[in-house]
Amino acid sequence: MTLTLETDVLVIGGGLAGCWAAIAAAEAGAEVILADKGYCGTSGVTATAGPNHWWVPPDPEKRAQAVRERNARALGLADPRWMARIIDTTWRTLPTLAAYYEHSITAGGVPHYQSLRGPEYLRALRRYAEARGVRILDHSPALELLLHADGSAAGARGVRRQEGPPAGRDWTVRAAGVIVATGGCAFLAKLLGSRNNTGDGHLMAAEAGARLSGMEFSTYHTVAERHSTQTRSASYAFADYFDAAGREIDTGGDPDVTLPLARALLAGPVYATLARMPVDLRAILPQIQPAILLPFQRQGIDPFTQRFTITLQGEGTVRGTGGLRLADEDCQTDVPGLYAAGDAATRELIAGAISGGGAQNSAWAVSSGTWAGQAVARLAHDRGRRAETPVEAAGGAGLRPRGTPATADLSRLLTDGVRAEMLPYDKILFRRGPVLARSLATLDGLWRDARDHLAPGADATARVRAREAAALVACARWSTATALARPETRGLHRREDVATTDPALAHRLSSGGLDEVWVAADITVPAITAPAAAPATQVA
Amino acid sequence: MIELVLADRCTDCDTCVQVCPTNVFDAQPGGPPVIARQEDCQTCFLCELYCQSDALYVAPNCDEPVAVDAEAIVASGLLGQFRRDSGWHEWAGQSPNLHWRMGELFARGRKPVAAPTP
Ligand SMILES: Cc1cc2nc3c(=O)[nH]c(=O)nc-3n(C[C@H](O)[C@H](O)[C@H](O)COP(=O)(O)OP(=O)(O)OC[C@H]3O[C@@H](n4cnc5c(N)ncnc54)[C@H](O)[C@@H]3O)c2cc1C
Ligand code: SF4
Ligand code: SF4
Repeated sequence: MTLTLETDVLVIGGGLAGCWAAIAAAEAGAEVILADKGYCGTSGVTATAGPNHWWVPPDPEKRAQAVRERNARALGLADPRWMARIIDTTWRTLPTLAAYYEHSITAGGVPHYQSLRGPEYLRALRRYAEARGVRILDHSPALELLLHADGSAAGARGVRRQEGPPAGRDWTVRAAGVIVATGGCAFLAKLLGSRNNTGDGHLMAAEAGARLSGMEFSTYHTVAERHSTQTRSASYAFADYFDAAGREIDTGGDPDVTLPLARALLAGPVYATLARMPVDLRAILPQIQPAILLPFQRQGIDPFTQRFTITLQGEGTVRGTGGLRLADEDCQTDVPGLYAAGDAATRELIAGAISGGGAQNSAWAVSSGTWAGQAVARLAHDRGRRAETPVEAAGGAGLRPRGTPATADLSRLLTDGVRAEMLPYDKILFRRGPVLARSLATLDGLWRDARDHLAPGADATARVRAREAAALVACARWSTATALARPETRGLHRREDVATTDPALAHRLSSGGLDEVWVAADITVPAITAPAAAPATQVA
Repeated sequence: MIELVLADRCTDCDTCVQVCPTNVFDAQPGGPPVIARQEDCQTCFLCELYCQSDALYVAPNCDEPVAVDAEAIVASGLLGQFRRDSGWHEWAGQSPNLHWRMGELFARGRKPVAAPTP
């Protein structure tokens, strides 16, 4: 029997952004349900890693300088006011976790709030959310949104995959507003912690009429030991790289080693050693990042004295910047009542055309989640839940095929097809117009298959996979179409056939559409009307 | 990917079934969970972190299943390493969380950038 619930605020996704959204909404007095595809506490890319947040004390000059410096690197696509906002909100919000996370006390007796270890951080957020009365539905992926007759968000529907018959137990939640916090889309690369990040939220929102932005910035890569998921770049600051002949690969002294390594990997195997890491750091590495040495130890490799093979794992939009387009300062999408937070939203406003990984993305997840949570709590208060009115389900591909349902494992064919277009380095890191056009034609074909023949499978896993496959195809199309529509090189988006940056293209590109994908120039920045915050009272 | 549930260590608590973010395990009445969807495993090691009996083994290869020798792995002392280093459960206080020093890795590892030639 379907689990039918009603609440003020529904949060889809229980990673960093979803947890902060749920906590903010609950703090504002709202009743909150949070549904995660996996387990809130281990799910999402933060739970397996350990993020550093953008952290600048409330000294006006320091903050202005931080924004100036970062904005200068954003290649014209960020907005200084949005950057200043996340610095401020992160500074005020992050320390509220103190009751649930054992912060290290650093020199001068000051708790270190800025960077937290992933498993402990997400465990703390779960406890914090539960303590504020948030109802968490684990292993309960959302499959589609519900819409009011006026087109605004009314809730969502999904499946509890550990309950009921083989097909799982359906759930339906009606709410005053919905927050999509489903993370970025990693195109099923072996990026640490990203298996669930298949762009489901992007698809669900687009089916409801939302637009996307910055989907061309989906090319970030991270080095890892070959066959391993440990995409943690900190230790690789000490790496030296070699080709099969033992010649050192010149990485140009640039901390971003992606392009030289990708070129070398296209030519043959690449080896690395961490021999330059000083012994004092080697000794404490397991206490900084306890998982990073596990793959080495389990294979009998000493990364400090031996050379080992490496790879680059793609990240899609995770540490790229593209995602759902935001229409206002509360992170509302182009669909009324539907909000986007964290990596599911575009991060161009705070990171521009380069990666927001390393500081901005986490600060964005905390801040966008907080704003969206507060906004939907207000919406529930002002307008009520509207839970009695009839609603329509917005989902298409993978739920309601227009033609004959496929008998073969179409989900697998589609995901393999997407991976073949979105993961090879020569297609993604060294983009060319004609190759992008061919990819897009292939992906359009996959979409038609998905739309016409992709049916929900018989068991819960197959039902979820069908929707994941549809979402992956949709995200791949927006990403490829936007890359084609930007005939220049700008930040993460690199066109081998147009190596220059075109000043006439110093604006964002929005995209959308399902049957027909479109791309359009977007010169608007959502206005910020909220009064400037009072000086933070938080400790320095 | 996850390769082993060691029946003689497992207490049947089903914690791994609950916390695995990709729903890899199925609980079994009156016995240890089974690895039901190995291909969904994202090699995050978090089930090992939560298993207080050190009854799980995740092989480092995220691309394909590998053959593992359960006896050799038990003998190696590798089981439970993640929990020990993380200072979880009975290891609380014995391995302090030094994550705040992550920035030092980046700072000290960075090679000096060569001065641009005029
Ligand atoms: C290895 C790594 C290290 C990083 N380190 C940093 C750093 O140091 N600093 C920094 O600023 N950024 C860092 N980042 C960037 C990071 O992406 C963000 O900081 C942050 O994790 C984004 O949080 P999120 O909640 O938006 O996404 P996630 O944490 O990925 O959470 C998404 C959640 O949505 C759930 N979900 C997906 N689909 C559905 C569905 N259909 N129904 C229900 N739930 C669903 C998933 O299960 C998951 O729990 C790092 C990223 C990686 C990969
Ligand atoms: S968590 Fe460990 S002890 Fe508990 S059921 Fe899983 S394997 Fe067994
Ligand atoms: S390694 Fe991660 S994904 Fe794999 S079984 Fe363990 S918890 Fe699940």
